[in-house]
Amino acid sequence: MNSHEIEIILSRQWADYLSIPVFITDPKGNLIFYNEPAEEILGRRFEDTGPMPVSEWSTIFNPEDEHGAAIPPDDLPLVKTLGTQQPATGSFWIHSLEDERHFLTVTSFPIVGVSGYLGAIAIFWKNDPDEN
Amino acid sequence: MKISYWGTRGSIATITHQTQFYGGHTPCVAVGQGNDLLILDAGSGIIQLGDLLLTRRPLNIHILLTHLHMDHIQGLGFFKPFFQPGLTLHIWGPQGNSPLKQRLNRYLSPPLFPVRIRDFDCKLEIFETPLEAFEIGTFQIQARHICHPGPTLGYRVTNGTSTLAYLPDHEPALGARAFPGDPEWTSGYSLAREVDVLIHDAQFTEEEYRERQGWGHSSYEQAIKFARLAQVKRLELFHHDPKHTDEQLDALFASIEPQPFEIHLAREGNSIELP
Repeated sequence: MNSHEIEIILSRQWADYLSIPVFITDPKGNLIFYNEPAEEILGRRFEDTGPMPVSEWSTIFNPEDEHGAAIPPDDLPLVKTLGTQQPATGSFWIHSLEDERHFLTVTSFPIVGVSGYLGAIAIFWKNDPDEN
Repeated sequence: MKISYWGTRGSIATITHQTQFYGGHTPCVAVGQGNDLLILDAGSGIIQLGDLLLTRRPLNIHILLTHLHMDHIQGLGFFKPFFQPGLTLHIWGPQGNSPLKQRLNRYLSPPLFPVRIRDFDCKLEIFETPLEAFEIGTFQIQARHICHPGPTLGYRVTNGTSTLAYLPDHEPALGARAFPGDPEWTSGYSLAREVDVLIHDAQFTEEEYRERQGWGHSSYEQAIKFARLAQVKRLELFHHDPKHTDEQLDALFASIEPQPFEIHLAREGNSIELP
């Protein structure tokens, strides 16, 4: 087993201490870590799931607009970041695994280390939809 | 493969009688085999090594820098082979936001130093260490970034039979809620996994570490836990704190409980032979 690159390890340690949901992916979008606040949104614990392939975790949230229409994956901030290696942001509704509906703003940005592009981070900000 | 310690002290060289046994020079470890010589870091220990090398040419000499903190490069300007016409020498070091030569020039130029790299008489080749495995002579080398302030590399060196890992400045416990944790999430694990010899940072006592978290160094206890996680065969405690006397080092060493691997305090002048 190889260890992750140091930039990824330090990103996890940083995320571990934050009280906002943080998701960390590899360059292909596979979810390699999410912190405790993110566990509340996912309805799963990282200790139980471990890393999740992009095909599995990308279908969990069912992102919707304010009218309940599904948002295409390509319009989601993290998907944009993974495709362009540029930061992105966006707001939408999601359903957690426990079927709770949350309004979120997501900020995503690439992790670019000395050795190049290593993955991405998405931070989920819980919002009051009336404020948007 | 012969591993020789020319400098084992961290941070700054010491010249007191109380630190003479384990040595006062800053990091420099020579790894030789046949005509190939790797010099791991260029602390003040490299000065004596350079004097010796003047009598043992020709050699395929490569200096591998882990990072550019002063205690790891301060011997460069005093390394006599640089001033020998006809010699070809090589320096490898971490990538950064500017070319390695430019970063080395910050030290090797006025006002910090009177001589510039361009004034060296040897033929000097400077490379940014690749993060893919590469070869120097009979050695295969793998470098990876490890947890220490600023771009810092650890090295894994093998001759095909024996393997050495060199992580002289390393704080794998930084920010970890529990240490050691999952190997996959532990800085330096890939480099140190199951090596014959691990040379690892052990600058602090546990008490000192609590006051100096984030400075980039490990306690004895953390170095031992890291070695256990990596299942090494032999751990060399390295980068001794300049304030720790020989007597204190012996006392710290005596307090270490038996481990499933050999543990030694790295001592300037000592050598390790590996097949």
